[in-house]
Amino acid sequence: MLSFGKLDLKDKALAHLVTPEIEHLVASIPKPVGSFGYDPWGYNEDRFKFALGAAKWLYDHYFRVTVHGLENIPASGRVLIIGNHSGQLPMDGVLVGVAAATNPDGPRLARAMIERFFPTVPWLGNYLNALGGVIGDPVNCAKMLEMDEAIIVFPEGVRGSGKLYKKRYQLQRFGNGFMHLAMNHKTPIVPVGIVGCEETMPALVNLKPLAKMLGLPYLPLVPSLLPLPARVYLNFGKPMHFSACGNEAEVTERVEQVKAELRLLIDKGLQERTSIY
Amino acid sequence: MATATKPSTKKTVLITGAAGSLAKRVIARLQGKYNIIAVDFRRKVDTDAGIPSYLVELHKRGFEDIFAEHSIDAVIHIGRMFAHERDRMQRYNANVLGTKRLLDLARKYKVGQVIIHSTYMVYGASAYNPALIDEEAPLKASEVTQDLVDSVEVESLANIYLWKHPELNITILRPCNVLGPGVRNTISILLARPLVPVLVGFSPMMQFLHVEDMADAMVLAFEKNKPGIYNVAPDDYVPYQQAVTECGCRKLPIPSIPPMLPRSISTALNWNSFFPPYMISYFKYPVILDGTVFSQTFNWKPRRNLNDIFSYYRKQKLVAKATV
Repeated sequence: MLSFGKLDLKDKALAHLVTPEIEHLVASIPKPVGSFGYDPWGYNEDRFKFALGAAKWLYDHYFRVTVHGLENIPASGRVLIIGNHSGQLPMDGVLVGVAAATNPDGPRLARAMIERFFPTVPWLGNYLNALGGVIGDPVNCAKMLEMDEAIIVFPEGVRGSGKLYKKRYQLQRFGNGFMHLAMNHKTPIVPVGIVGCEETMPALVNLKPLAKMLGLPYLPLVPSLLPLPARVYLNFGKPMHFSACGNEAEVTERVEQVKAELRLLIDKGLQERTSIY
Repeated sequence: MATATKPSTKKTVLITGAAGSLAKRVIARLQGKYNIIAVDFRRKVDTDAGIPSYLVELHKRGFEDIFAEHSIDAVIHIGRMFAHERDRMQRYNANVLGTKRLLDLARKYKVGQVIIHSTYMVYGASAYNPALIDEEAPLKASEVTQDLVDSVEVESLANIYLWKHPELNITILRPCNVLGPGVRNTISILLARPLVPVLVGFSPMMQFLHVEDMADAMVLAFEKNKPGIYNVAPDDYVPYQQAVTECGCRKLPIPSIPPMLPRSISTALNWNSFFPPYMISYFKYPVILDGTVFSQTFNWKPRRNLNDIFSYYRKQKLVAKATV
């Protein structure tokens, strides 16, 4: 009887979150899956719909996202969406993902790169895979770009998400990997400036020794364990195209161009923001 | 002796592991068009008239007599000793030394083509595996467990001969999980059971191939003769726990933390034939192959889908239930 009750609850939650709008959006995403609804990385349409329904609610009512430039995300074909990372928890990735999936100019499933230790955690790895997340391995990225997928990359990695509040909106060091991928697979880069996520979880100190003991990349001291309801502004920039080049110094130069573009998009978001919460 | 010296324009093909379900299907496809010689270490295979059959271990002396007696044009090396059949030492001798001997004899008797049946397991199951693994990826199985060292060594041996002796025209096939009627590999024995262990919180993506499609793939690789290393896998994917349900099995949840626990459970309960300790990581982390190179080179596509494959296991259980 208990399981019957649980099932009923699940169905109700499903009906509430997976609205006809979500059904329609996911149906129009150009994403091939196998006979059981899975792709090679474990993405699953049904689970994605459910999560998108929940995340869309947060997007609309909790973070009250304002978005500009969605038309810059191509409706089909490979693309790397590059953003500034912040907020301790990867809420920024979730919100960019919702923005891409609900894009009126052509919804896309934007794949997020997840931490390498996630697959070793029971449930978590499989669950994130089902929502489109994959471990940030260059082979995965290359294969997905060749299959014309959209990928979200935060080149700052944990340097960005784990930084302290006093460093908010300062871009940390970027890895060059995304630029190599863009050049090798002839992929446009769409930059996205994210404003507001810094304020969802302002970190005062990073408890490094404890984080190391627990095997975590960082462990911040934060005012609230749940993200605070800061208003979020997403500004997508024009696609940037880069042709192949010879040496790493030139690659770094190109990464700087993307960083410069991101700074402009972040400033735009900061200017249009009238209230943090 | 008499049959061997009979003048014939047909090619002669030696097939190892002839008692197995895959080899039987390959023989059925080649029969008539070629002279077949069936070899197995387990038992002397009952074959149709005109097919000589031998009970022999590849690393023992008697094996060479077959090469001396028949003029062999090609070898399809399917036979593999499984972990549950003999201990590790015997398995190493049969699989690694046996393959080495086979390749040496192939050189000595000027065999023009060798097909080697490997496995996706050589890539190793790890949390860090990317999906759609290419043939060039490192073979990490020996890092995962010593029980797969023989599989990796068979591969590296075959690779050495592949570049050193191009006249052998070696083709190495690495199929994903092969299932179907009569298949006696670990995963098939597992899914034929009514109650199947699953690791709590882990359901890695898997690929499955029907044994008939694998037999087609082997025959194509033999007839088209394009030496090299190929993954053989469909572009369809399903999580392990869903495959278990689709096969009509009930799940037996095994605690997955601490990581050593499932291994200990498997060892303690002697689940060697269907959920062996050395394979636990394959029920935890995915090994998803990119089979594009084989599909394109040989213009091959599996004709049976996942549902066709699973329905056999489902029906088998219904029949078992009905007869009880």
